[in-house]
Amino acid sequence: MKINYCDALVIGGGLAGLRAGVAAQKKGLNTVVLSLVPVKRSHSAAAQGGMQASLGNSKMSDGDNEDLHFADTVKGSDWGCDQEVARMFVHTAPKAIRELAGWGVPWTRVREGSREAVINAKKTTITEDADRAGLIMSRDFGGTKKWRTCYTADATGHTMLFGVANEALKNKVDIRDRKEAVSLIHEDNRCYGAIVRDLITGELEAYVAKGTCIATGGYGRVFKQTTNAVICEGIGAALALETGVATLGNMEAVQFHPTPIVPSGILLTEGCRGDGGILRDVDGHRFMPDYEPEKKELASRDVVSRRMIEHIRNGKGVPSPYGDHIWLDISILGREHIEKNLRDVQEICQIFNGIDPADEGKAGWAPVLPMQHYSMGGIRTNPTGESQTLNGLFACGEAACWDMHGFNRLGGNSVSETVVAGMIIGNYFADYCLEHDVTIGTATVQKFLDEQDTYLNDILAYEGNEDIFRIKNRMQNLMDQKVGIFRDGTGLAEAVDELEELLKKTKKINVKSKERVGNPELEEAYRVPRMLKVALCVAKGGRERTESRGAHYREDFLKRDDANWLNRTLTSWPDANQTTPTVAYQDLDIMTMEMPPAFRGYGAKGMIIEHELSEKRQAEVDETTEKMQAEGKDRHEIQHELMPFDLPMNYREKNERAGDK
Amino acid sequence: MSIAKGREITISALKYNPRANGSKPEFVDYKLEETPGMTLFIALTKIREEYDPDLSFDFVCRAGICGSCGMVVNGKPALACRTLISNYPDGKLKLMPMPAFELIKDLSVNTGKWMDAMSVKVESWIVNNEEVDITKMESKVDPDVADETFELDRCIECGICVASCGTKLMRPDFVGPVGLNRVARFEVDPHDERTAEDFYELIGDDNGIFGCMSLLACEDHCPKHLPLQNKIAYLRRKLVSLR
Repeated sequence: MKINYCDALVIGGGLAGLRAGVAAQKKGLNTVVLSLVPVKRSHSAAAQGGMQASLGNSKMSDGDNEDLHFADTVKGSDWGCDQEVARMFVHTAPKAIRELAGWGVPWTRVREGSREAVINAKKTTITEDADRAGLIMSRDFGGTKKWRTCYTADATGHTMLFGVANEALKNKVDIRDRKEAVSLIHEDNRCYGAIVRDLITGELEAYVAKGTCIATGGYGRVFKQTTNAVICEGIGAALALETGVATLGNMEAVQFHPTPIVPSGILLTEGCRGDGGILRDVDGHRFMPDYEPEKKELASRDVVSRRMIEHIRNGKGVPSPYGDHIWLDISILGREHIEKNLRDVQEICQIFNGIDPADEGKAGWAPVLPMQHYSMGGIRTNPTGESQTLNGLFACGEAACWDMHGFNRLGGNSVSETVVAGMIIGNYFADYCLEHDVTIGTATVQKFLDEQDTYLNDILAYEGNEDIFRIKNRMQNLMDQKVGIFRDGTGLAEAVDELEELLKKTKKINVKSKERVGNPELEEAYRVPRMLKVALCVAKGGRERTESRGAHYREDFLKRDDANWLNRTLTSWPDANQTTPTVAYQDLDIMTMEMPPAFRGYGAKGMIIEHELSEKRQAEVDETTEKMQAEGKDRHEIQHELMPFDLPMNYREKNERAGDK
Repeated sequence: MSIAKGREITISALKYNPRANGSKPEFVDYKLEETPGMTLFIALTKIREEYDPDLSFDFVCRAGICGSCGMVVNGKPALACRTLISNYPDGKLKLMPMPAFELIKDLSVNTGKWMDAMSVKVESWIVNNEEVDITKMESKVDPDVADETFELDRCIECGICVASCGTKLMRPDFVGPVGLNRVARFEVDPHDERTAEDFYELIGDDNGIFGCMSLLACEDHCPKHLPLQNKIAYLRRKLVSLR
C-alpha cells in the first residue's frame, strides 16, 4: 500500500480548494491539493459575469458597504442562510478582491468621464468622477441594491482561477491532478484523509493527513439540463455522506439559472441582463415588467426562472424542436459593448447557435431556458468550515453548506464565496492541522484501501444486464422532470422511489472492459451510485419540505412557511445498506438574527406564513439600533451589538473605501 | 415540430492504451446519425454511451472555456467541444490525440503536467516585493492597461498552440507560444516588478524567445485568437537588445 503523508489535504482544485491550499501552505504546512483535472480547467473558470464585493468605487455603486451586501444576500437566500456566515462573507469579500488584484487578476477599472449604458431598456449617461478612475469597476446583477459585481469582461472566473492557481504554484503547493478521491479515511468521528484513485494508472493509494478539506464543487450533473461542467457530479458530498458520520445540508436547495442557451445548456451570464439585456416572448414582448414591476429582469434568479416558465405555460413561449424557450435580447446594448464586455457570450452564440447577438433586431436574439445552475446544498459545516459531526473534515465553496446562500444564491456571490471561503475556512483548516496529530494506525488505513480495491473488483464482476449509462441518463431526466423548478408531493415521491430502484440497479450492471486502467465505464460504474445517493438527498429533502422557499418551489405548498420550516435540512447515510438517506432538521434561531424574516421585495406578495418571533426580534433590533444611533454609535458598533462574528487573520478589520468620510 | 433524420457521419478515432499489454495504436470507425447542432462533445459522448464505453477523451466545460478537449481533427488541432460536425461537408472526421504531450490513452493527453512545468519555468505569477494591505484601497490601474493585461490573460492553456508549433518539434524543451504569451502578460501587468533583464533570465535562449521560427501556426489555430505573432515579435525585439 502506498501511503502519502501530508499535513493538510485539500480535495478539489478549483478556486476554493486552491485558495484554501495557499492558506495552509502559507502557515508552513505541507499541503497537497488533489484534482480530477488540471486545476486551471476547473468549473470555477466558467463563472463569467463577476464577483460581488462592496467596494463602492463606481458611480452606480457609490455608498455600497457590507450592510447592503449582507441585506441583499439574506433576502436572496429567502432567510434560509446562516446570517453569521453571511456577515463573515460580506466583510471579507472586499479583502478577497484586493488580494486578487495583487495576484494579478486584471479587474476592469473605472474609466473617468461619461459613457452610455442601457438601464431599463433606455440609454442613460453615467459619469465617473476623476478621483475614482483606475479603481475596480462593478456592474449590475440581479437582486442587489447597488452595482456590486466586479469583473474582467465576461471571463471573471477564468482570470481569478489563473491568478489563484499561479499563486499556488508560486507558493509551491503540491498540486496533483487526475487524482480522484474514492473514500474518506476516518475513525472515531475524525477524518484522516482519503483513499485516492490515480486516473492515469488506475492505482489506489492512501493520502493520510491531519486535516482534510473538500472543495469539489456542486452536484449539477445529477440533472440532465445543467450549465455545470461534466465533472460537477457531487462526488465530494457523496464521499462525506458515505462516511455515515458527516451530514449534508439543504440538498433540496438547487438553483436554476434563467439564461442558459438552448439546446446546449451553456450559460449566458447574468451580466447580459445586468448590463441591460432583456427577455422577450414569442411576440417579441418584454414580459418581465408585467410580473416584476420593480426589479424586472433583475429579480433574483429563482424568481426570474419561475416567471419565465410561468409565461411559457401561459402560451407565450417560442416553439422549437427542443421545446418552448424565451428570447434573450442583448442587441440593444450595441455591438461595441458586446464585443468588449460580453465577448464570450457572443462567441458561444456564434459557435453553438450560429447567432451574432450584436445583430440588431430579432436576428440577434438568443434562445434561452432556465436550467440547473448551482447547488446551495452541500457538506454541512460550522462557521469555521468544519463538519458538525466528523472532526477534521472541512468543506468550502460550492461543495459546502457553510450556509451563506440559504435557499437561493445571488449572482456574483458564488465565485466570491469560493475565494472568501478559501481564505476564511482555509485559515481555520490550517489552524486545525497545526493543532492536531495523525493518530490513525496504518492497519486501519489499509482496511479503507482494501474496501475500495474489493469494491472495484466487485463492480467488474457484476454480471447483470443493466447499463450504467442508461441508469445515469434516467436519473438525470427524472431529476429534471420531477425535482426541477416546479415541484409537487406526488412527483417528488415518485422520484424518490425510482431513484431508490436505480440505486439498486447499479449492482446489476455489466462493465464490458475488465481493465482496471483507463476504463471510462468502470469510472461511471463507481461514480453513478454516489450521484444517486446525492440525488436521493435532493429528492427526499424536497419531498419532506412542504413549503416554498427560494429556489425550492412546491406547487402544492406555495407559501414560505417560517412557522414550521425555518430550518435547515440535514441528510445522512448512517448505514451503508440503507437505500434512502436519513433526514433530520436543525432550527434557525430568529432571536439571534440581525435581520429577522420578512418580505424579500420581489416575487409574489402575501406568500409568507410568519413566525411569531419574527416581529419580536424585529422590535428588539429596531430598539437597539435607535438607542445606539442616539448614543452616536457607528454602523459597525451597532452591527456588533446585534450579531457579533469572528474572522481569522486580519479579516475582521474595517474595509477602506473611496467614499469614506 | 419533428426533426428530420440526420445524415450518417463517420468518426474515426485513434485508440491506444500505452498502459495495457498488447494494445497497439489503431483507428476505430464509428458511424452515427448527425443531430442538429451536434458537436464533437455530443458525438463522442454518444459513442461512449452507445458504441464503445472504453473510448477515452477529456471534456470538462464543453463550452470552449476550460481548454481540456484539444485534439487533432482532420489534421488540425482544435477544441473538440467547439467543433461542429455540420462544418464537415463529407461527414468524415478523423481524430487523433494532440502531439507534443504525453499520451494518456486514445484522445486523452497530459496537458496539465506540461502546463504546470511551463508555468514554473517562466515563473507565471506576479513578482512583487510589496505585501499588499488588503484592508486598504487597491492601487489604481490605468483602465487601458488593465484591459491589455486581460487580453493576454485570456489564454486557457489548451495546448493547441504547442501542438501546432514547428519549433516544439525541433526543441522538446521549448516553452511554446503559451509560455511566451505568459511572459508578455506579466510584462504588461503593472503589479509585476520584473524588468526586461529578469524576463531575459527566464526566456532569453533558444528554448524561449529566440527559438520561435515565426511559422505562426499557433496564432492560426488559437481558439482565443490571442495576438501571439505581435506579442512574440515585441518580446523578441525587447530582449534581443540585452543579448
